[in-house]
Amino acid sequence: MSRAVGLHIAVLAGLALAQFTLPEYHHGNLARIMVLAAFASAYNITFGYAGMLSLGHAMFFGAGLYAAGLAAEFGGIAAPGGLVLGVIAGALMAAVVGVLALRTTGVSFMIVTLMFAQAAFLTVLYFGEWTRGDEGFVIASDMRRVLGLDLADPATRYWAAFAVFGAVMLGSLAVARSSFGRVLAAIRENEERTRMLGYDVFRAKLMALAVSGAMAGAAGAAYALLFGYVGATFASIQYSILPLLWVLTGGAATVLGPFLGTLLMFYLIDVSSSFTTAHMMIVGFALIGLILFFPKGILGTLRERVVPWLP
Amino acid sequence: MSSTTAPQAQKVRSAITRRTALKGLAGGAALAAAPGFVPYIQAQSSAPLKLGFQVHRTGIGAAYGRWYDRVTTAAAALINEEGGINGRMIEIVTEDDGTDPKRGAEVVEKLASQHGCDLAFGTLFSHVVMGSSPRAGELKLPYFVVSEGHHVASGKLNRYTLQPGITDVKSQVRAMAPWVSQNLGKKVTMIFPDYAFGHDHRDFFSEAIAAQGGEVIEKIAIPPTESSFTRYFPRIPRDTEVIYHVMVGPGVLTFVKELGEFYGSGARPQIFGFIDSLEAVDIATPGLEFLEGTYFWEGMPRYAPADAPEYETFYRERVGVDANGASVSDSKDISTYAHMFGCWETLHVIKAGMEAAGYQGPDDRVKLIEAVEAMTTMPAGRAHPQGDKVFNGKTHQVFGHQYISQVADAKLSVVHTASIEDGMYPDETDYTAQPF
Repeated sequence: MSRAVGLHIAVLAGLALAQFTLPEYHHGNLARIMVLAAFASAYNITFGYAGMLSLGHAMFFGAGLYAAGLAAEFGGIAAPGGLVLGVIAGALMAAVVGVLALRTTGVSFMIVTLMFAQAAFLTVLYFGEWTRGDEGFVIASDMRRVLGLDLADPATRYWAAFAVFGAVMLGSLAVARSSFGRVLAAIRENEERTRMLGYDVFRAKLMALAVSGAMAGAAGAAYALLFGYVGATFASIQYSILPLLWVLTGGAATVLGPFLGTLLMFYLIDVSSSFTTAHMMIVGFALIGLILFFPKGILGTLRERVVPWLP
Repeated sequence: MSSTTAPQAQKVRSAITRRTALKGLAGGAALAAAPGFVPYIQAQSSAPLKLGFQVHRTGIGAAYGRWYDRVTTAAAALINEEGGINGRMIEIVTEDDGTDPKRGAEVVEKLASQHGCDLAFGTLFSHVVMGSSPRAGELKLPYFVVSEGHHVASGKLNRYTLQPGITDVKSQVRAMAPWVSQNLGKKVTMIFPDYAFGHDHRDFFSEAIAAQGGEVIEKIAIPPTESSFTRYFPRIPRDTEVIYHVMVGPGVLTFVKELGEFYGSGARPQIFGFIDSLEAVDIATPGLEFLEGTYFWEGMPRYAPADAPEYETFYRERVGVDANGASVSDSKDISTYAHMFGCWETLHVIKAGMEAAGYQGPDDRVKLIEAVEAMTTMPAGRAHPQGDKVFNGKTHQVFGHQYISQVADAKLSVVHTASIEDGMYPDETDYTAQPF
């Protein structure tokens, strides 16, 4: 087993052990952070590895969230089915958006994905009779069960979040270490040269977006089913920017960076908002500090300076 | 596993960790050995009750949150001056939810698990309530919302979520219909934001005005991203007798200005709106002149009535609001007077509920819920300055009087007080049938 694989398994083992040792509040927080980190990891595939700066990932997260929520609300489909539907919805939406948006690159891609995401957000509001728009809806507790286990139970919720995050993280690791991942990195570094070498750049980027969408959809569905609420806020622009911040903080194109970034940003806001209403200013200062001292994110900079083997 | 066993499992999980067990053993041994053991226990039981206040200090609800905060502080000070609750002072533990449903759920967890609050209260915006309520139910934390949303009475939430301090939108809208149809007209055009808040008004008022023999002849939904409204006004039918508007947010000034330009100085239909549009906004703001002579729903009259009862004057003084509805320290700082009384009244309901339940600590949370569910009438007075109330324990929703005011000389003047019965409707749920 390589050092890289060992490190990631050790992180998962640490998270599993945390289930038994953390105080109640932080135990609940970590479950939430793992789900959000799965979303950030999904974003990292697109942004970190393939170099596509998307401002539309909220629609993939929202697709999973609403697929699971609406299936439970109107279809009577409980948690496991909801999660599967979430993955499919995220992947499908990413593939469809990708076919159109990948005709553009750079700033244009950013704007096109932002427009699609805004259209998706407004669609949620438009079909308010089913989605309850901005207000959202609560998923019935009997829809939040897996194999007879109640996802509202703290221990069950934690393991479910752990499973989703673990799957996404190991999936990211597999991508990072695969030839597909190397093609993505090549596209990020020099798209024209990659094309000249004979790779189908469009196909690789579309696949990256679909994989990312599937992971984001899984995170969205997991969020809905674990925390019992579905609302348009999660499809808003804010949720396209947050994964970008988390990934930049932890380190783009590092497998563990999205988790670290999500963890740090979560607690930065959690702690600072207890003391000041200007907590976003504190986040801003933290980001400036990050750019000055960790220009490639925390793990990205560490990889550059200390641990070059970090995937 | 039934929902009643889930909390037991949660307790067991947190109770049997090695760290907790060791801490408990060490703490117990130290306590048993220490002198003055009994006084220590007494000191614990006289410790302040911790009431978790989930407030919109940032985000779109910040203007409301600022005043909810002030009213809560004033109510808590009064309760403590009067001896607290069950002989114990109350401590308000405040956390900002950013008017965000995700953060709202996190704040509920923080208040319950980290701060060890006895309950949580104070949430206004519906999406934050919807996002937070499931967690409150899972944590078995009494959650008193001050939202005016219909979510509680609709049965969408859970037994731990109650709204005893402010009426819901369905009740408010229904109470308006009789007066509107009898005094303003029966052919109504509705202009509302195209999201859940607007849809609630559209659906509830359409039903209520039909029951009065009236009719909504056009429904104009404005997309939330809209910043100019002129192109929608030609859709107002010529035979409209009443325009009903519930626009909210920063676009409301533009909305009023453009509606005024559309009608000019010519004849216009009667205009009726909800003050939600203009909470924290001075009616005398340039651009709002067109509102002169129009009507508004108010949850509680912003401008002090000449015949205001003693308890209304007392409340107004305690929350620091002058006769014009502005802060006594800054006449430009307009209150959210039509809604913020909800925090005051909710805290007094909590006090009454805790006293009826003999509340001592979190183990008595179920007793507290049952005590509030058992409440029926709440007479107007210092605890209920907005007016008499009737609480429905089955739906966890309070009902009360509603006010209709007319804009005259850039001020609001009450022209009608709707009865409690005008706003009542058949039960849509029975939370008391749900297990704890």
